[in-house]
Amino acid sequence: MYSDNILGFETIEKNLKAMAFKRLIYSFISILAILFLLSSGLTIAEENNAGSFQRGLSKFFDYPVDLFKEAFESGWRWYAYVFKYLPDLISTINMAFFSTLFGAIFALLLSLFASKNLIKNQYIVTFSRRTMDILRSFPELVIAMIFLYLMGKSELPAVIAIVIHTAGALGKLFSEAIENADNKPIEGLQSCGASWWQRVRFAVIPQVIPLFISYTLLRLEINVRASTILGFVGAGGIGEALSAVIQFRYGDEIIAIMFLLVITIISLDYFSRFLRGRLIGDNK
Amino acid sequence: MEQVLNQNVIDAVDLKHKKHIRILIITGFMFMVYLIGSIIHFDLPNLAKKWNKDRASMFMLDIYAHKDHIKMNWKDPQKIDVRFEGGHRHVYKDDPTWLIRNKNNQSTIVNFDNGGQFVFFPNRVEMRNFPNINEPFIFKLNKNGKPYVDGYVGKESMLPSWMRATENKVEVRPSLYERLQVYGSKVEVHRYELGWKYFWFDFDSPLVGKGFLDAISLMFNEDRVDPKISNFNLVVNEFLENEIWHHNTVLFAMVETLLMAILGTLIASMVGLPLAFLAAYNVTPLSSIRFFLRRLFDMLRGIDMLIWSLIFLRAFGPGLFTGIFAIAFTDTGTLGKLMSEAIENTDKKDKEGIQSTGANKVLQHRFGIIPQILPIFISQSLYYLESNTRAAVIIGAMGAGGIGLHFLGALMTGNDFENVAYMAILVLVAVMCIDTMSAKLRRLLIGIEIKK
Repeated sequence: MYSDNILGFETIEKNLKAMAFKRLIYSFISILAILFLLSSGLTIAEENNAGSFQRGLSKFFDYPVDLFKEAFESGWRWYAYVFKYLPDLISTINMAFFSTLFGAIFALLLSLFASKNLIKNQYIVTFSRRTMDILRSFPELVIAMIFLYLMGKSELPAVIAIVIHTAGALGKLFSEAIENADNKPIEGLQSCGASWWQRVRFAVIPQVIPLFISYTLLRLEINVRASTILGFVGAGGIGEALSAVIQFRYGDEIIAIMFLLVITIISLDYFSRFLRGRLIGDNK
Repeated sequence: MEQVLNQNVIDAVDLKHKKHIRILIITGFMFMVYLIGSIIHFDLPNLAKKWNKDRASMFMLDIYAHKDHIKMNWKDPQKIDVRFEGGHRHVYKDDPTWLIRNKNNQSTIVNFDNGGQFVFFPNRVEMRNFPNINEPFIFKLNKNGKPYVDGYVGKESMLPSWMRATENKVEVRPSLYERLQVYGSKVEVHRYELGWKYFWFDFDSPLVGKGFLDAISLMFNEDRVDPKISNFNLVVNEFLENEIWHHNTVLFAMVETLLMAILGTLIASMVGLPLAFLAAYNVTPLSSIRFFLRRLFDMLRGIDMLIWSLIFLRAFGPGLFTGIFAIAFTDTGTLGKLMSEAIENTDKKDKEGIQSTGANKVLQHRFGIIPQILPIFISQSLYYLESNTRAAVIIGAMGAGGIGLHFLGALMTGNDFENVAYMAILVLVAVMCIDTMSAKLRRLLIGIEIKK
């Protein structure tokens, strides 16, 4: 059936063995590299850490146990703390929501200029992409700290920082979604003489809007965490409350705030997964 | 008949359209209400007022310029010293060329590039020859030891806008690059120049004034600057031990932050993958183990990285372990959940094919499942490495150490803005490097980019 002069079984076997050997060598090298990284990194960590690893490990449960003990001792009063910090929590969530909204709007504008299938000018596309890269690369905290220093303590610096980061992060995802959109509706509209804006409005946006909303919801979840952390460095909300009670060592109140945070994050997770499932259709 | 049907279709479409419009209007209205409320809540209209203009301009100026402080005490007018950025240890041994000491009339002249001069006398300070400023100004102390502008006592409102005289201080700022402050006890002049001076070598170093390229060429030069050590070592040592820019501390902090991110992600993926197998229904038949692991993932993920880092901070103290474990714990939860879902989504047929050859369970998973999930696993791990690089900076600032803490420290001192900018740029470069590298690695390892 097969003529022998194409590739003999022996040659195939030889090639296969060579390939398997090569792959084995590669895996071996990468495993060695990972082990080396791990051991040397942990050695550096052990040398430069304030406390040693073993002592820390034995003390790991001390702090949570202390906190829980205090919360348990305060009894019924503990529930009042949960409600006491509810307004702070709402303020943090609102901060995240507002900045996600604004960030998404900026991201949408940026992404329209960063998609090859909408903008033919290569320079504009590259410029918008690099802009988004830079916006995305700064951790929120770095921007927020600088603005906090320049504007005094309020929620606004945190909002600005999250908007900047969100615009970059969502912009990239948005522009990828636009570039993956089906080109036929765009061409169809173009053939009837639709303007650039009409093509975007009626051919691109309807295709990508479920994906955009899904990405934005994911981002909202991340931003709630981020705005808590920014509160911790002085931007108000539940983060600031947490940092205050930690300094005063009110164990019961710390537990109350942590409880609120964990509940919020878990419920947001479920809520956004539910909404995304409905939007995109695959309820995973 | 056909006409009626068409009319019905049109009506239905019309109705749907109207409903859409109604929903759109209602959401739009709610959106506007929320927007206006939030704008009031966050005080956006007062954005300009909140903006601390002086601080912002100082900040910007400090980022691209450096300054020398020239200070004279009224009690000891002969002793005028010049310090770089006003640092205690950064005193110039030899006078710079723009400072002229005149022995005859005991005056000292500070020259500026635009021709302007501040002249120190034992009992007064003169300001002269500045462009667009016709009359010279003279600053003195009155009998009570308070500073005043000669000829303007009681007429402070007549002073130009760039000069401010209060009871204890006269502040003069003809442009961004010159500044004079007269106090009851001392006079201080700030002289700004563009650039990051002493970035490569500080001025105690034998290599002061050498640029980057000079230093590189010196490294491979045979003639030793210092006969005791080789040029290569000398250049590296002098660069790292720069007392103004603290390269060794900053660069080591950057390495620490990167180690936190890399080790944290590594541990998370090494622990997360086996747990993910145990939490997948097509691998583990015991539902109790699965339930337990699922809840464990939820807990690890739900307790935010912030809270984990606080807990670890108490146990391990400030340092790398706190960062590593905070990242590892959170991401074990995230990766475990993601990977267990990926394992459950794998195609059964591969595994059955392996099973039909008589392979045991372990081999079935090794060859039936792992090849299918490996690209997702690598892609997700790299994605988390990227986001953890940023997270490590943030955890660091909250107490775990690394570049985040140094950044916060430099910002809090309120005058080392060039160091703040330096660290911000360093973080930007590191994050971009990690992003590019992980994109390259992803393409190398799995060929195509997996969409999230």
